[in-house]
Amino acid sequence: MNWPLEAFLSFMAAGAFGVIFNTPRRTLISCGLVGMSGWLIYRIFFLTFDDPVQASFAGAFVVSIVAHLLAKKFRMPMIIFSIAGIIPLVPGSKAYNAMRKIVENNYLEAIAFASEAMMISGAVAMGLVFAEVIMQLFFKRQAKRIQKKMGLTQE
Amino acid sequence: MAQIGETRRELALDCFLLAGRIMMESGAETYRVEDTMIRMAVSQNMVNSHCFVTPSGIMFSPSEELATRFVRINNRSTDLERVALINSVSRKLVAGEYTLQQAYDEMLIIDQTNYRFHIWIQILAAAVASGCFFILLGGNWKDLPFAFLFGGTGFIIVETILIETRVKIFAEFIGSFVIGILASIAVYAGFASDLDTLIIGSIMPLVPGLLITNAVRDLMAGHFMSGLSKGAEAFLTAFAIGAGIAVVLSF
Repeated sequence: MNWPLEAFLSFMAAGAFGVIFNTPRRTLISCGLVGMSGWLIYRIFFLTFDDPVQASFAGAFVVSIVAHLLAKKFRMPMIIFSIAGIIPLVPGSKAYNAMRKIVENNYLEAIAFASEAMMISGAVAMGLVFAEVIMQLFFKRQAKRIQKKMGLTQE
Repeated sequence: MAQIGETRRELALDCFLLAGRIMMESGAETYRVEDTMIRMAVSQNMVNSHCFVTPSGIMFSPSEELATRFVRINNRSTDLERVALINSVSRKLVAGEYTLQQAYDEMLIIDQTNYRFHIWIQILAAAVASGCFFILLGGNWKDLPFAFLFGGTGFIIVETILIETRVKIFAEFIGSFVIGILASIAVYAGFASDLDTLIIGSIMPLVPGLLITNAVRDLMAGHFMSGLSKGAEAFLTAFAIGAGIAVVLSF
């Protein structure tokens, strides 16, 4: 495991996806950082617990949280930051293997790979959902506190 | 006086629908489009308005007196810079920094300008992404130039076919098919060693990442129609890529 190399490569990959999706120029580096954090968290989880489903969940969760924070900072929509980070977590190799086994008429193994791919995509989706809900709760509370400080709430 | 009010409200409607159309064409989430349009409407004192956004059309119904309007969305692509720009214009309109006319003019400019990177830079980016994923997924350094080359080639093919035919599934099918053939040739000729990782790395730029993210977020916000249709689009894209590879592997 070569951490600096993986960090650099995932940074470059996410930045390159930012160029393909035409994100605003000044957010390209932030996109790269989101992708890097997502991938590193995914790898750490994968190497410690050896479960791609949990690792994908953790990766998607971190990507979404970081994307939300950057969206608040730049005052831009959150998807600008999150897509480039989500793509490395998509279970491309599992789906590929499933397809390959189907072509080889090896349906039982294909089902195993396909269901694993389904589980991983579900985990990525749940990571997005959890981060979204937590950020909403957090920002609602923060907004209320600021309103109270400014004496805007009628109580 | 009533006449002026009428034209002003017509302009406001044009403005909201233009904003909605540009955002939807550039790949924003459905719920964000609805949210933006309603916020803009409230800032223009159209409190009782409703809008209904689907990936292929936007309906906007202002308060009682004016007629409901509809715009069709024909081609959807991914251009997040436009989403960000429209977002900032609508923020300024709501905050009162722009008048309605200013906002409308600004949006017309955004609609007509091409913000995309030059096509060769995009191809280079696709190639770089392929190369990076190839190493990240465990490929060896000797094969890196092939992943770089095939990723760029696949992206060129998909973009060219998309411009010519507008059939997305077909473009992705052919793109992944060519990637599969090139990778097989490279491996059987003895230049590269790892066929699986080479193919997975090269098809990465075609993966429907935006569609998946948007589908999940729309479903979460309760927009089942757009969530499901975007999910279906993502599934079809994935299916087309897989089928293209499968055709090559079956020989």
